[in-house]
Amino acid sequence: MADVKRAIENVEPWNDPQAQPYVRIENVTKMFGEFTAVDSVSLEIYKAEVFCLLGGSGCGKSTLLRVLAGFETPTSGRVLIDGVDMAGIAPYERPTNMMFQSYALFPHMTVENNVAFGLRQEGIAAAEISKRVGDMLDLVKLGPFAKRKPHQLSGGQRQRVALARSLIKQPKLMLLDEPLGALDKKLREETQFELINIQEELGVTFIVVTHDQEEAMTLSSRIGVMNAGEIVQTGTPNDIYEYPNSRFVADFIGSVNVFEGRIVEDQPDHVRIESQEAGCPLYIDHGVGVTSGSRVWVAVRPEKIEITRDKPAQQDNCAAAVVDEIAYMGNQSIYHVLLESGKKLRITRPNQSRTSSDSITWEDQVFVAWHPSSGVVLTA
Amino acid sequence: MNNRRSTFLVSAMAFGFAFLYIPILSLIVFSFNESKLVTVWAGFSTKWYGALLQNEQILGAAWLSVRIAFMNATVAVCLGTLAGFVLARMGRFRGRLLLTGMTTAPLVMPEVITGLSLLLLFVALESMIGWPQGRGVTTITIAHITFSMAYVAVIIQSRLSSVDESVEEAAQDLGARPAKVFFIITLPIISPALVSGWLLAFTMSLDDLVIASFVSGPGSSTLPMVVFSKVRLGVSPEINALATIIVLLVASGIVAAGLVMNQAEKRRQRDVQMAVAANE
Amino acid sequence: MSREGFVAMGERMMHGADPLARMLWRFPPYRWCVAVARRLGLTGRTAVIAIPYLWLLLFFLVPFAFVLKIALAEALIARPPYSSLIEWSEDTYLTIKLNIGNFLFLIEDDLYWKAYLNSGKIALISTLGCLLLGYPMAYAMARANPAWRNVLLMLVILPFWTSFLLRVYAWIGILKNNGLINNVLMGLGIIDQPIVMMQTDFAVYVGIVYTYLPFMILPLYANLERLDVTLLEAAADLGCRPTKVFFTITLPLSIPGIVAGCMLVFIPAVGEFVIPALLGGPDTLMIGRVLWDEFFANRDWPVASAVAIAVLLLLVVPIMLFQHFQSAEAEAGV
Repeated sequence: MADVKRAIENVEPWNDPQAQPYVRIENVTKMFGEFTAVDSVSLEIYKAEVFCLLGGSGCGKSTLLRVLAGFETPTSGRVLIDGVDMAGIAPYERPTNMMFQSYALFPHMTVENNVAFGLRQEGIAAAEISKRVGDMLDLVKLGPFAKRKPHQLSGGQRQRVALARSLIKQPKLMLLDEPLGALDKKLREETQFELINIQEELGVTFIVVTHDQEEAMTLSSRIGVMNAGEIVQTGTPNDIYEYPNSRFVADFIGSVNVFEGRIVEDQPDHVRIESQEAGCPLYIDHGVGVTSGSRVWVAVRPEKIEITRDKPAQQDNCAAAVVDEIAYMGNQSIYHVLLESGKKLRITRPNQSRTSSDSITWEDQVFVAWHPSSGVVLTA
Repeated sequence: MNNRRSTFLVSAMAFGFAFLYIPILSLIVFSFNESKLVTVWAGFSTKWYGALLQNEQILGAAWLSVRIAFMNATVAVCLGTLAGFVLARMGRFRGRLLLTGMTTAPLVMPEVITGLSLLLLFVALESMIGWPQGRGVTTITIAHITFSMAYVAVIIQSRLSSVDESVEEAAQDLGARPAKVFFIITLPIISPALVSGWLLAFTMSLDDLVIASFVSGPGSSTLPMVVFSKVRLGVSPEINALATIIVLLVASGIVAAGLVMNQAEKRRQRDVQMAVAANE
Repeated sequence: MSREGFVAMGERMMHGADPLARMLWRFPPYRWCVAVARRLGLTGRTAVIAIPYLWLLLFFLVPFAFVLKIALAEALIARPPYSSLIEWSEDTYLTIKLNIGNFLFLIEDDLYWKAYLNSGKIALISTLGCLLLGYPMAYAMARANPAWRNVLLMLVILPFWTSFLLRVYAWIGILKNNGLINNVLMGLGIIDQPIVMMQTDFAVYVGIVYTYLPFMILPLYANLERLDVTLLEAAADLGCRPTKVFFTITLPLSIPGIVAGCMLVFIPAVGEFVIPALLGGPDTLMIGRVLWDEFFANRDWPVASAVAIAVLLLLVVPIMLFQHFQSAEAEAGV
């Protein structure tokens, strides 16, 4: 799933100082009465990107999307699309199109008329409309269903009608609100690939809102993680997962073990951290640049921790533990181990063979260890 | 236990429906009574229907009432739909609370008060600006529109609140202006509610005695006013005949509408099931 | 199909409107008018709000001001039959004559007090009657087989669509001395003297319960049908007997429906005129009837207005309650 590679990923315009962003969100704030839904968000999004806004419910991601579509007026700040300030431009005049979470298909129109709706508003000739609608329906594999009404379609088909209806206008910016949220798990995985294929074929810029981290990881070129109306981190899926900038992000994307500690040595190429919780010296092979003695957190992903019966040779990043619980998941097993400090760690191991010879079991005395490059130091 | 409860419920329901329908059935049965003493059966006859068709006063009043009801229903649907739309879709605006009040209060306001207050308004308006000149069809229609638009507004508002607002937003997003969205998306979606609102407004106007009595003038007696003046003097078989005709017209209309809606709903459910089945 | 056609027609019309609007836009005076309207805050949105707003303001709210004004005037034998509050005496002085005599008259004459109290009593008892009869019906309908529900609902609504006046009239034939009930009872030999039912308070109760029953059933049914059956199952699963389930779960959850139904019956019943006029006796005093008689028989508009104001004061609290529940339901998206 993760090997859906896009040409765009190799180009990485956000790392290119020459590149001009296509969509510019500048200090956008949206208040509803006293409540701040979106809190001075600034983003730069490049052409043909798939940018995911990821966050829990009520984090302001949908409000930000509605600001882009023109359904909400920002309290302050501005939005530029292709260099044009969107202030005062009504939704029906914007070069954006939105795919709604509920799909919002017109219940009284056939699939064909739903898809043709946007073109009809532009006053395009009937012959051209029917040609373009036909092409688009073929692209989303709905040709045979053109004459059906929305209630005669399955969930997946409805989703594709909604997609086709927004795409046919060839928007400069396509906004997708939980595009796969209403589909069941299996269909969702298939549709993710279809969505990406169509996006690549048409080269449209996508902004996708989702609460599903897996969906965000697979779909996007970059992710913006939102919390309480603010963007807390922006980066590629890899950046976000491997180099989270805060405990919130580390915990929100996947699961993580966090040790609280104090810096004892901070060099440009490594840091040493003393941690009561870990019960061993922690060594990480990157610098942090904070004063000695300040409080930090070390995050280590569960799959990056080794679990062994024999004591490893290394002194750092290694501690004795007792196995507390094991959960067998089929493809992998999850171990919960207790350190001497009472801290509980979560470790995952792939089940490579059917039966493991050195099978570690409940109450076993074990050692946990990880590589200096596996941990990330967090200052917030 | 369960059995005893369901027996109680079924008998309560049976009693309730008997209570609702026996008076109507007795009206129908005695309209075919030979005798003028409405409640003493003296043989089958349709002569009262003949008498009814000869009665110029009743026929004239009925025609007037239908005309008023038609005008009223049409205007009330337009105004009531606007009011319902404003309440369901326009969010907050100054004076929203007052508008909510003015659309729900007429539903429960005693008719004598509405009638009296409108009459006093018309009299005052006439002395101030010379309109409306005297009272009659116009004033009755205005009075009826005022209370029936409140009913329409409530119907439309509740219908709209069950329609996903993002459908209308999607239409705007695809480039349709708000006015256009209203006419080609919102109205077609709520069209069943428009039809029932129109019918409700029509029957309410056709049925109103009290308000019409206050705001009508000489020569503009509506059907309920004529019926009331006759009924006050005692029972009359002609009125039974009239009631039978009205009941049959309404009942057949409602049953037909119910059947059509039921069919549509069944077809719709079959479609949905087929779509789900085809997907599996 | 027909709806699709309707849409297509609408769309074609709107397309015709677009070029027209563009042409109008080229015409400067139109542009100036639009600019002025925008400056004044008159957008399409404002216009849409203003139309129903102004109508209701003019024909629903403002009339009450006139009722108050005339309640404070003196009765005259003239056209219109009341005095003016504001007069120019000797062409120079503006005098305002407020006459609270009408209200004093209402307080002094115990006819009005009796009518007032009696209306409240009759409306209250009838409302209870509607509730006692309507609740089991609504409950049974909500628990009926779904295929039957729509039919039953239609049966409840059907009488409501036929003439109210004629349905009240039907009861005359049933309740009078030689009417249906007495004929049947005497025919069966249960009684030998007709029971006097017409022109009594009893007939009025029957008439009100009969006409307002659908208004009680519909909100109750809407509420009870929404009730999640798994709640009842959960209560039973936790060891609650059916009767107790009803009193601890169903009844408390249906309170909004009960309040809405009771208000829909009580408020109009207080001011009811037709039912006491047709079924009640000469001593069945109800405030709606008193108002009617003051207006049509005595032609005393000021006193009629004063009565109307008094009734309104009586009903302000229930109407506000009704509004409150109504808007709470609307907010809940029902």
